Formats: sequence, structure tokens, C-alpha cells
Amino acid sequence: MSYSSTTSIVVDDVSKTFKLRYHRTLKQMTVAAAKGRDISDTFTALDKVSFTVEQGESIGLMGLNGSGKSTLLKLVNGVMRPDSGQVLTRGRIAGLIATGAGFHPQLTGRDNVYLNAAILGMSERETNRKFDEIVEFADIGKFLETPVGHYSSGMFARLGFAVAVHVESDIFLVDEVLAVGDRPFKRKCIERMQQVRAEGRTLFYVSHAAGSVKKMCDRVIVLEKGRVGYDGEVTAGIKYLKYDGDDEERPDETEDEEYGADV
Amino acid sequence: MTDQATPRVIDAPLSSPAPAAGLLEVFRRRYLLKLLVRREISARYQGSVLGFLWSYINPLSQLFIFWFVMGKIMDRGTENFAIHVFCGLVVVHFFVETFNAGTRSIVRNKALVRKMAMPREMFPVASMLVSLYHMGPQLLIMVLICVGMGWTPTVTGMAGFVLAIAIVMLLGTALALMFACANVFFRDVGSFVTILTNFVRFGVPMIYPFTMVEERFGDMARFYLFNPIADAVLLVQQAFWVGTTKHPDDVQAHHIPDHLFAYSFLALGISIVALVIGQVVFSRLENRIPERLS
Repeated sequence: MSYSSTTSIVVDDVSKTFKLRYHRTLKQMTVAAAKGRDISDTFTALDKVSFTVEQGESIGLMGLNGSGKSTLLKLVNGVMRPDSGQVLTRGRIAGLIATGAGFHPQLTGRDNVYLNAAILGMSERETNRKFDEIVEFADIGKFLETPVGHYSSGMFARLGFAVAVHVESDIFLVDEVLAVGDRPFKRKCIERMQQVRAEGRTLFYVSHAAGSVKKMCDRVIVLEKGRVGYDGEVTAGIKYLKYDGDDEERPDETEDEEYGADV
Repeated sequence: MTDQATPRVIDAPLSSPAPAAGLLEVFRRRYLLKLLVRREISARYQGSVLGFLWSYINPLSQLFIFWFVMGKIMDRGTENFAIHVFCGLVVVHFFVETFNAGTRSIVRNKALVRKMAMPREMFPVASMLVSLYHMGPQLLIMVLICVGMGWTPTVTGMAGFVLAIAIVMLLGTALALMFACANVFFRDVGSFVTILTNFVRFGVPMIYPFTMVEERFGDMARFYLFNPIADAVLLVQQAFWVGTTKHPDDVQAHHIPDHLFAYSFLALGISIVALVIGQVVFSRLENRIPERLS
């Protein structure tokens, strides 16, 4: 199949199932076999999902818990591979997903920045060039030379964010992450995401927060039990999910709560 | 709301986002590998007062035990027995550490494996390189002692030594690859490997000389030489221990088997085949690794 040269993400007939293992030890397996019970069961996280994303689009990926959002994000990110169908992407991928996952608690903030950047595909020169910017964005001050195990959870998250947003990428993934961090930091992240959009990068945003999806995205995909339930215009998508009505119609709601409803 | 800038053109093909896997990819991303190895090394002795000195104390204490128990209590008259043991110890330690740490490497790094897209062969390979790094202090101690005893390096000896290290590196990585993914599926594998490595210590001519094997088993001793680690130990003994004895030529003729290099190249071949098998097994199982790591 051929796609146009401006296609950024292709998800073509993708399925992913997980095995649920009931019985882990030999004893349990023997007992189960003797009683004629199933030893394992499968769970379909994604069922023949298909869509394509053009370069520069901002997609809001929504859905209830357990609808397969995280699995889809992992497939797009390349951490997992689909069981059937194919996922294709164009260009480098980065984003606010699993930020700080590679941090080693015994290493200093500085060492972790270099390591994390390398995992995200940055070269040594690139990291050197951006190092000051990253530290400034993370705003951790003198803690830079302290092992990250001693960081507060906010500092830890900020440092992870800081590295992730400084990777030059063509596709930017955002998981439901804006719940951490204080308000100024949240605002900084939102600004950053707007900047990503303005630069024409593809934005792939997983969120439950209707308000921020509405601000950030120009298309919504709703997953329902592993299938695409809705794909199209934003307001209609939010209506489809029945998420409208509680988020934006309260005039007294602060901006903070809008972005933070990400849990 | 923000107006879209001019469409950004990306000069890259549409391709699978999953990282190209395989050992070659690991070496293409050397910079990341270097940082991972450095992380392991610097994290190991954090918070200890003696720090890196432990890398010297540990082999020295083992050397002392073997020298005292095997050399003094159970004396068999092997010349410079302590060095004989130490040669074996360096090789066995390197191999066992690679095998053990490599087997556990993926489970230990599960935070990374589950969430970041990177070639997962990285972890077993990094474990091997960390073990190689830790061999440094032991080698240094050995060379110092040998020089003190009037040892000078020979070309054959050094060539054999390089060959020995290559064998252990390849075989260690091969086994680490295979068992690292097996360990993800059944954590029993880690414990099993610990038991397996116990055998390695006694399957090589370390605390007994190779001549004893020859005396007991005669012709069958050549099967003993099909063990790549035994060949590696003998190569290192040829490189260091032989040169410290009073009559190196006699010792070489008596204690080092004939055709050692032939056996060693066979061992190298076995290791390479094992590595290919390890890679195939790894690639087969790799897809299921992230979801099994919860």
C-alpha cells in the first residue's frame, strides 16, 4: 500500500492481544490441568484499529480506562510491536511519555540527563548543545549534581519532561502526564505543546481532559474496547464520549483544573 | 487556534517505529552503550567507603583462599600454584559475572525495557562490558605479581590471551542473550543460572592442573578440551603462569595440552555459533518481553 509523502503515522489494521496468565507456578498449573480449567486466557487490547495521521495534525486520543489508549501509544512509540497489521511512522519520535523512566536513582541529575537523552536518540553533541536549556526548563537549580533518588517527585518529573521536550522530533506523543507538576510548570508544558504544534510537528495527545484536548487538537480519535469508536472533529468527539458538559460549561473553572483533569 | 506554519516536510521514509534490533544495532549506538556501561559501573560502588578498591579486594581475597587451601593444605606440588589458580579465576570470574548479570539484565532494567524504544540486546551486552571492565584490576594485580616473579610476555602467550578473552566475551554474551529473555518468562532461570555457574569453577583446570585430567582420563581428556572456558583458562595460564615457572619450556610441554590453539579456535567457532543462536532466540522472544515484564 502506498501513502502520500505527508503521512506521518499509519496504523493499519492493528491488533494486539495479551496473554493473561492465571497460573504461574508448576503446582498451580498442575492443579488447573487436573481440574480441566484453562491455563491461560487472552485479552484483546486493540482490535483491527486503522487510521492515518498527516504531518502537522494534532490528534487527541480519548477513551475510557482500559480502552487501549496506552497500548496504542506504545505501538506508535515503538516499545511494542503489533500482533497483526502494521504501524508506520515518519521521522523521529519523542514526547511526554514515560518521562524519567530511564532515570537511575543513584546517578546525579546531570548524568541522568545525558543518559536519558541518549536513550531518546540524541547524540553527545546534541545533548551538550541543549544541556543548559534543559536544565533551565527543569528548574532544579543546585540539585543538578545530586543523585535523582533524593529528588522530590515534582523535580523528578520536571527533569524527565525537560529532556523529553528538547528532543528534536517530528512526532510528539503526550501521555496523560500533565497531572504532575505545579501550575507554572504545567503552563510551561502547555506552551511547549503549542509550540510543537506551531512548528508543524505531529502531536498525538492522550487525555481525558476535554478542555485541553479542545484547545490543543484538531481531530479526536475515541477508542472503545480496542476499536475506533469515533474519528473526526473535536467537539463532536467529546460529545461522543459524553465528556462534554462537565468540563467546560462551568464558567468558574480555572485553567489549572482544565489541564489537570488528566487522571 | 494557533495557526499552522507552512507544512513541515520530513525527509524520512515511513517505517516501523520499533527500533532496529540486533547486536549490530547495539554497536551502531555505541554512545548509548557507553553511557549504560558507565551507569552500571558508577552506580555499583556508590555509597561505599572503599569504593572501587573492592574490585581489588575481592579477587585478592579469593586468590588468598585458593592459594592457602589448595596450595598449602592440599599441596600437590604444582609450581606457583597461586598464579595457576589466579589465571583460572580471572577467566571464570569474567565468564560467571557476564552470565549471571547478563541473565538478570533485562528484568533488572524493566523500567527502561517496558517504556523506552531501544534495542534490548543493549542490556546483556552492557553487562558483558561491565564484567570486562571489572577484569581490569584483576589483570593488573596478576601482571604485577608475574613481573615480580620474572615473567616476560611472549607473542604466542599474548595472542592466546587475546583469543581467550574473545572466546569468553562471545560465549558469555551468547548465553546472556538466551537466558536474559528466558528469565523474563520464568524467573526460575536466574536461579538455575547461578547453579550452572557453580559447575564452571570445577569444569576448568583452575584448582587442579590439566595434567590430572589427562592422567585420569587419558585420551578422553580431549573431550574436556571441547569446553571453551577450559580452553580459555589454559590459554591464560599459557600466557602468564608458564612464564613464571623456573623451566617454562618443560612446564609448557607437560601442563599445557598439545594443539591448544586448534582447540581454542574450535572454541571460538562454537562461541560464534552460540552467539548466532542466541541472537535468533532473542529476536524470536523479544516481542513478548515488554508485556511480560509487569
